[in-house]
Amino acid sequence: MRPTILAGALFVIASASAAFAQSSGPIKLADVAELSGGGATVGTNWKNGIDLAVEEINAKGGILGRKIEVTHADSQSNPGVARAQVQKALDDEPYVLLGPGYSGSVKVTAPLAADAGITQIMGGEAAELTQMGDKFLFRTSFGQQSSMPKVAKYINDELKAKSVAVVWVNNDFGRGGRDVIVKEFARLGIKVVADQSTEAGQSDFAADVAKIKAASPDAVFIYLNEEESARILKELKRQGVTAPLIGETTLVGQKVIELAGDAANGARGHVGLTTDAPVELIKQFRDKFVKKYNYVPDHNGIKGYLAVYMVKATTDKMGKVDPKAFADTLHGLTIKASEEPGILMDVTFDENGDIDRQGFMVEVVDGKQVVKQVLPKLH
Amino acid sequence: MSNLLDLLIAGLATGAIYALVAVGFTLLWQTSQTINFAQGEFVMLPAFLMLAAMHAGAPFWLAIIIGILLSMILLGLAFKMLLVDPMLRHGVLPLAIATMALAIGMKEAVKQFFSAEASPFPSIVPTNDISLLGHVVSLQSIGVFVVAILAVVGLTALLNRTSLGHQMQAAAQNPTVARIIGVPVERMILLTFLINAVLVALASLLITPIYLAKFSSGEVLGQAAFVAAIVGGFNQVRGAIAGGLLIGVLDNLSAAYVSTQYRAAVPLIFLIVVILFRPQGLLGRSEERTV
Repeated sequence: MRPTILAGALFVIASASAAFAQSSGPIKLADVAELSGGGATVGTNWKNGIDLAVEEINAKGGILGRKIEVTHADSQSNPGVARAQVQKALDDEPYVLLGPGYSGSVKVTAPLAADAGITQIMGGEAAELTQMGDKFLFRTSFGQQSSMPKVAKYINDELKAKSVAVVWVNNDFGRGGRDVIVKEFARLGIKVVADQSTEAGQSDFAADVAKIKAASPDAVFIYLNEEESARILKELKRQGVTAPLIGETTLVGQKVIELAGDAANGARGHVGLTTDAPVELIKQFRDKFVKKYNYVPDHNGIKGYLAVYMVKATTDKMGKVDPKAFADTLHGLTIKASEEPGILMDVTFDENGDIDRQGFMVEVVDGKQVVKQVLPKLH
Repeated sequence: MSNLLDLLIAGLATGAIYALVAVGFTLLWQTSQTINFAQGEFVMLPAFLMLAAMHAGAPFWLAIIIGILLSMILLGLAFKMLLVDPMLRHGVLPLAIATMALAIGMKEAVKQFFSAEASPFPSIVPTNDISLLGHVVSLQSIGVFVVAILAVVGLTALLNRTSLGHQMQAAAQNPTVARIIGVPVERMILLTFLINAVLVALASLLITPIYLAKFSSGEVLGQAAFVAAIVGGFNQVRGAIAGGLLIGVLDNLSAAYVSTQYRAAVPLIFLIVVILFRPQGLLGRSEERTV
């Protein structure tokens, strides 16, 4: 019996000290992000956004009078490494887990955080992430199920397109987006005249574009990663396709514009977060970020910044630092930018951890992203 | 119909580039029994050499010259002296494996010292469209095709019509006799390595504006060119040209009419059929080796 009693006593002490760890001293946040490897741009922006927010909040006295302390771990853009790093971070019992940014890495780490009962605020955008019934997972940006209907609506209402070609990349990200938007097109009565799957890393798009051209659609919806987006934009121009080209964040990103050059002009896309948004608080964020890091962040920088302010707003709402009640409080919470300027735009979190917020339609004009339309918050 | 025409033009343009690369394969094989599995990476690297020159402030035309010269030194001279010569003594297979290692080394080096991300690359041929017989055709496709074909025609003329070309052919066909009649065989072999370096640099210059400069862009190209060389006939320059054009067109047609997922499989299936029924390649001649 004695070992059991001893173990029991140790357990009590351990739980007590864990509870104690979060009741005074700094609030510990753990970040696991893509700091090296293929997603280095994503992870570095995310990390810098987090650091900026933490610095600001600490300068103003912290959350409920307590300073924030954040640790950063590198997932090397690899889901396996991400899992190990998240496990390690969870062993230190953080208040909230931040990251990763890649959907694949989020998918394998979310069960760990949920088992530990710790809230995870992440950057992934794949539709399925918030459909797994995870009660501890929250987005910082739109999932595909929020963004695709907006794109479909734009193609229907603004372009009045009756037929559309859909080009997508054959992986979790691409297939997820394609499935949502094709369903939306069916609902709106828009005919999909070409449904073109492409491979990740594909370099030659001549045949794909020839097929699109032959289908002569009213609009082309492109859902590929950045490099492939640039290649297909060049090929579309090369083969003289003149139909409007519509996509999501990845079609109109700065990297695509740099790679595709002239061919990117005219491409339009829905973006949830952009530093070019005509929103005063975002402009201020951008200026602060540029001042600190000397470059203009992409949407991942905004996401990291928002993640920390989500922690602050939720904790302020609870009036105490309580990791167990955190997720429950954030579900259904509306955070207003007028009350918490760090959240940049009014946002509402639903029961699945998905967000509702205003979005933007942008167009590439002379090699620059220009916001053409603000798409309002749904509720 | 217009769809088919677009596919044919695009296929011939890519095929012409495969042909350039495949010709290099056959040249190295004929003169020194080198199967260069790094040939795809040989196409990837010159673009980065040119980009590096441009980053250093050189205008595009100068960067092209620097790129081609550096290619000749690194991918011609250094490749032969530092890798082929020491390894060939141990046989064809160890050399082939050494070139695979070289391919990995080149990819990792570019990733390490340049970037893992793709970079844009300027085009030497205009990128606008022209109207041909009432059909809009990309000038870039035609430009790529014409430049690649001119290069191959020039090379064939060099091989068949000049004394230098005859000496190279002699050195390739029978080094012992060639040596007896006074052909500087070693120098001829080195020359084929330099020609290969120029061909891959040219291919790099033509394909990179379309595919973007990326460390991994040689993988697909090297494989396609290898298949093209075998299909056409590994021991014939004209075989490599025909093979390149054929694979380019086949690849595009299968992507359009079969499926994008299986596009890479179709040329390989074609390769197996050719090996089964005509092992010397479509235009190759059968040969018996004593080594």
